Amino acid sequence: MKAVYNAPKSLKKTANSYCPGCGHGLVQRILAEVIDELGVREKTIGIAPVGCAVFTYDYFNFDVTEAPHGRPPAVATAIKRCLPDRIVFTYQGDGDLASIGTNEILHAANRGENITVVFINNAVYGMTGGQMAPTTLPGMKTTTSREGRDTTTAGFPLRVCELLSTLEGVEYIERVALFDPANVIKTKKAIKKAFQNQVDGKGFSFVEVLSPCPINWGLRPLDSLKYIKEKMLNYFKLGIIKDRSNCT
Amino acid sequence: METNLVICGSGGQGVLLSGTVLCHAGLKEGKNVTWLPSYGAEKRGGLSYCCVVLSDKNIASPVIGKAEVIIALDNVGFDNYENSLSENGLLILNSSLIKRETKRKDAKVCKFPITELAKELGNIRIANMLALGIYVGKTKAVKLRSIIAALDNVASEKYKELVAINKKAMEKGFQLGNSR
Amino acid sequence: MPKIVNKKILVSGNEAIAEAAIIAGCRFYAGYPITPQNQIPEYMSWRMPEAGGVFIQAESELAAINMVFGASLTGTRAMTSSSSPGISLKLEGISYMAGCELPGVIVNMQRGGPGLGNIQGSQADYFQAVKGGGHGDYKMPVFAPSTIPEAIEHVMDAFDLADIYRSPVMILSDGILGQMMEAVEFLEYKPKNKLPKKDWILNGAKDREPRSIYSLMMQSPTMLEKHNWKLAEKYKKMEIEVRYETYLADDAEILVCAYGIMGRICKGAVDLARNAGIKAGLFRPVTVWPFASAVASKLGKKAKKVLVVELNLGQMVEDIRLAVEDNKKISFYGRPGGAVATKEEIFEKIKETAK
Repeated sequence: MKAVYNAPKSLKKTANSYCPGCGHGLVQRILAEVIDELGVREKTIGIAPVGCAVFTYDYFNFDVTEAPHGRPPAVATAIKRCLPDRIVFTYQGDGDLASIGTNEILHAANRGENITVVFINNAVYGMTGGQMAPTTLPGMKTTTSREGRDTTTAGFPLRVCELLSTLEGVEYIERVALFDPANVIKTKKAIKKAFQNQVDGKGFSFVEVLSPCPINWGLRPLDSLKYIKEKMLNYFKLGIIKDRSNCT
Repeated sequence: METNLVICGSGGQGVLLSGTVLCHAGLKEGKNVTWLPSYGAEKRGGLSYCCVVLSDKNIASPVIGKAEVIIALDNVGFDNYENSLSENGLLILNSSLIKRETKRKDAKVCKFPITELAKELGNIRIANMLALGIYVGKTKAVKLRSIIAALDNVASEKYKELVAINKKAMEKGFQLGNSR
Repeated sequence: MPKIVNKKILVSGNEAIAEAAIIAGCRFYAGYPITPQNQIPEYMSWRMPEAGGVFIQAESELAAINMVFGASLTGTRAMTSSSSPGISLKLEGISYMAGCELPGVIVNMQRGGPGLGNIQGSQADYFQAVKGGGHGDYKMPVFAPSTIPEAIEHVMDAFDLADIYRSPVMILSDGILGQMMEAVEFLEYKPKNKLPKKDWILNGAKDREPRSIYSLMMQSPTMLEKHNWKLAEKYKKMEIEVRYETYLADDAEILVCAYGIMGRICKGAVDLARNAGIKAGLFRPVTVWPFASAVASKLGKKAKKVLVVELNLGQMVEDIRLAVEDNKKISFYGRPGGAVATKEEIFEKIKETAK
């Protein structure tokens, strides 16, 4: 009988600790599938952030290191420069990448490091209990913005893709979302391209994934998917933000 | 035998370079040497000095509390370091730029219009090497041929053609220092 | 430029440290400009690629230390350097390296502080270097070279200790040693001890189980404590790496204690004192962690007076007090403003102490 569905080799057979309805498990499954499909599991080194995804080293079935908060792009830079034939990716949340680590992501992108970055944007600090993130929507309630994000004092959500797209060193940037099966498939396609680019030596590739955090959003899992579609997409436009290979 | 020297002046006068040349010369003669520069925020101008220690033994302190000899190329250096001269120490002064007398009555003073002499030789920028020549002529801390040979250690390809005139400055300085 | 071993050449402390690292097999350097250590990144920027290694001018000291973190976990010998304010930023990464047990060499060419302070040599970061500095209960070997030849030896040994103990190692020097020049001979690099195989690195899980490197230990309630007891055992083992120098200390009535640049200057002061008939001697910690407490204790208890000299407001003096256990006989002389004490100045202090 032909197997039509299997656990990816790049995932350990360990139950993860993510909350019900969380997007992390789904994206990590996609990552594992992509790494399997590209046949690079034995030469992949992943970098886990500080945040909910820190425990990915217990879930991925390849080499993974933790990095200090926000610093995965610096750590990835050094790994890739020391071992140029390995596949190096960072997996970072919005607090890690878009707040404390803005300097590191900006400069790694600007240097055009040949690495892949998967950026999970769930508009909130998850692990620490739902504080306002740099990507929290205007008016969105969090534990540090109880009346909703006030843009007059907290500024507006940071659009990292658009920001990075101005940099010459960047090869590819796409924003995707996890709110329905079609978009999950698009997410996989984008992540695969971001890895393929690295295999091909094309340079810095970046995928932002709008991902649900039902517990901290105070929504049911299905409602949180609706929230992405109806609220987050208004502010964070989906699609390819930059693709150098499309330029002639 | 240990001997020390403070060279001082303003940034751009080649204070640090002349100290470096002396160290290379000492090294060629098998001596232990240390060179300690001043370093400030600005690349040009401002007080510039360096401490050079030459010794047959290991050198404990590269920092000079009491200088046996001070070469002062201008008032900026002179005003700052006059007091650190050891008792009965030697002052080599550039009288082209230093017009006042020393306050140190115990000092042995050796005055030459170093800047003007350098101009006469053809380049105002060799005043530092002329001063170094005077020092070597006066103290015999190292040999004249050692400082001349040391020029090759510090002259980059770009400045190779300046070696000849720097050598001339050293010889002139040596002659002046030796004769007084 | 000093590329040749076994030849005496004139070189600055900063360049000597950089070249020593290259000779010791360092093949990754990341740094950020700050005076008075800029000759290190400048030298590395051309020398490292020439040696087949990686040089990166990082966007910040934070990024630089985290790049060292990344390079180190691939098994590459890696170094970063900075000066006091920059080292404050690197402490985050140093703590993570200690927790993750990653080797690496960090050079601190100290300058005056606090804050931006000034750019002159200083010893104000002693506490920061030897008492942790970063968060968490970690230790690391800290070398305090007092001459440029010694700095070369320390850098080479630092890479070995880093690999042997899987630990960050610091060279605690200062702007004076970094900026000054001295004649040195670059000897061929030969590890003094057998180096362990790096069977923990991340280089892709080919034909082996995947590996992970992390410092977060909360998967079970006792995990972190177990890890810290393991680290504690390692720190205990590191104590055999203690180094010190004594000079005319056996019959010393006045024991001068100083390290790094002040160590050598105090040697000159001891000579002046001996010439004046005062029985002075020197105790110079060469590693400031581990600290030669037993030696300090023995010599300090024997001496009539103990004079501690530092370019700060009094930091190592606390370790001397713990070792000698007789506060009445201990005095301190410090220059805390990025200034340096001369041997004549210390000689005066020795005379005062002897009275």
